Amino acid sequence: MKMNLTLATVAGFGAALQLAAAGNLTGKVTLSGTPPAEKEIAPLKDDATCGKLITGTPTTKFFVVGPNKELADVVVVVKGLEGKSTGASAAPAVLDQKGCEYTPSILAVQTGQKISVKNSDPVMHNVHSTPTVTGNNEENKGQMAGAQDLSFSFAKPENFLRFKCDVHPWMFAWATVVDHPYFAVTGKDGSFTIKDVPPGKYKVVALHRKGALTGVEKDVEVTADGAKADFTIEVK
Amino acid sequence: MSPSPSQLWLYRFAVFTALATLGLVVMGGLVTSHGVGMAVPDWPTSYGYNMFALPVSMWLTGGVFHEHTHRLWASAVGVLVVALTRWLGGRKACMPLLLIGLAEIVSGLALLKLGTDWKGTGHFLSGIGGVVLLGGVVWVKNAPASKPLPMLGWIAFVLVQLQGLLGGLRVVLDAQILADVRLGTTFGIVHGCLGQAFLVLLCVIALLASRWWRERKSAPPADIIEPVVGRLFLFATILIFLQLMIGATMRHQHAGLAIPDFPLAYGKVWPDMSPDAVAQYNQQRVEITAVNAITPFQIWLQLIHRVMAVGILVAVTTVFWVVRRTTAPLTTRRLVATWWGLILVQVALGAWTIWSNKAADVATAHVLVGALSLVTGVFGCIISFRRFNGAIEAQSVPKSTGTYVPRAPIAANP
Repeated sequence: MKMNLTLATVAGFGAALQLAAAGNLTGKVTLSGTPPAEKEIAPLKDDATCGKLITGTPTTKFFVVGPNKELADVVVVVKGLEGKSTGASAAPAVLDQKGCEYTPSILAVQTGQKISVKNSDPVMHNVHSTPTVTGNNEENKGQMAGAQDLSFSFAKPENFLRFKCDVHPWMFAWATVVDHPYFAVTGKDGSFTIKDVPPGKYKVVALHRKGALTGVEKDVEVTADGAKADFTIEVK
Repeated sequence: MSPSPSQLWLYRFAVFTALATLGLVVMGGLVTSHGVGMAVPDWPTSYGYNMFALPVSMWLTGGVFHEHTHRLWASAVGVLVVALTRWLGGRKACMPLLLIGLAEIVSGLALLKLGTDWKGTGHFLSGIGGVVLLGGVVWVKNAPASKPLPMLGWIAFVLVQLQGLLGGLRVVLDAQILADVRLGTTFGIVHGCLGQAFLVLLCVIALLASRWWRERKSAPPADIIEPVVGRLFLFATILIFLQLMIGATMRHQHAGLAIPDFPLAYGKVWPDMSPDAVAQYNQQRVEITAVNAITPFQIWLQLIHRVMAVGILVAVTTVFWVVRRTTAPLTTRRLVATWWGLILVQVALGAWTIWSNKAADVATAHVLVGALSLVTGVFGCIISFRRFNGAIEAQSVPKSTGTYVPRAPIAANP
């Protein structure tokens, strides 16, 4: 018992030291080239119920690009840290259905981390996860207006695992499942921060649903002072 | 020879059932075109409700409307087909229907004992059994229809239940994968193709139950359809069915348009299908609905569909041209002219499907006209082979050389 306590203390110190030495990885993702024009989501506008829940013209949001070509919704993942998922104890990620659209449309979670799917609409949806990696289960659950949140989680890493609503087929979102907590999704300014990355040399990959499905990679060395990595995603 | 009232009503009922089935095919087309096949994720229940007790508010929500209406419509067609089977089979059909109905009721009740998961299926199967049983106990002393109608009725009876089961399995097994094949996709393709074959069968039943057919059966026509016409009909009809199978496969990939332009393909006569090119196509696509990424296989499929369309157009145009130059009777000429017109419309709808970015209504119209083209082709095959055989019997024509008779000499006849 005493031995176990000692080991636990040593391990705890080790982890604390590593965390102390860990640094934040920051950067910005920009787009080069001209993306295809987004399209109006006519079925949403024309839907008897959903059409009343929106204002303005709904459009697809594949390339959310800032004034200086900053690219949002890029999933940036540190490679080489697999097997360190803390998903089981992490707070659930939230995927909301609002105005008959998924918000956010791009998210990233850890393996085993819960994705809590809300229905903020006064209309029924069905939440249909369609993974392609063996070990991640496909589920299709109906969710009435005002119903309890639905919970999903996935055991295996997978890029851009699709959620869709078959009742409203224009609704879809993409979750990237990572086997550790060292990832981030870029904001509207194209920037990202991955906190507390253990020091070391890594390959970092930037994934975009349309622009870089298989990712753009960079070599990065993270120290206690952190590291910086900027990416450019090219549209051909 | 005027038909008896029962023959007339049987014919009308067969036509009504065929039209209801055509409507069902259209409804199924709308389900796939809108991409809402999984809008009701369970079967035979709908969101846990008995299919016939789904609240109207849920039924009218988004894609549930198309999928649930398809299910209800299919149930109605099922009832019609049971009645048609009974009618065509006469009193002889009572006992088999009674036994099948009882077996389905008992099976349904047995499923209820397996637990709550089987409750919906048990009720559904018992309900089907009840309808079949009712068909068996109806005490109408009608004689069977002439051969082969009773047998065709039984085939329709089996197919309607098989088709319902396939539709259900397409939902229930949607996510299951067997030997790298997604079962939902496979069942969807088979369901789509069998639906077309089932429609053809019901239309053939209506044709054979018609007064027009009976009259020609009892008095073989004096005019001749040359065997080459029958063979051409058969060839073009087979091409159409193959084309419908390719179309069903394309539609159930749920990948939208694999090639977004027409008549070219990605701006070329023959598109680049290398991995880099396909990656670029996917990058440039802006999908409004949640369609899958396209693959080289899907591009190939659409290219084959285009080539087949040209082949069918040439084949049907040839039939049209040949029939116009032969002694074929007016009915056949009109049928072929209609067929040719349908194929031209179908080609236009195919192009419009692409130009409209696969608008659901246009894509479904493409399915509808495809089904009508197939039915017309099958009618042409039946009529031409029947007439050809009838003419042989009536005139003892020696074995044909397969050549056709030019039209001009006929015009010179008194």
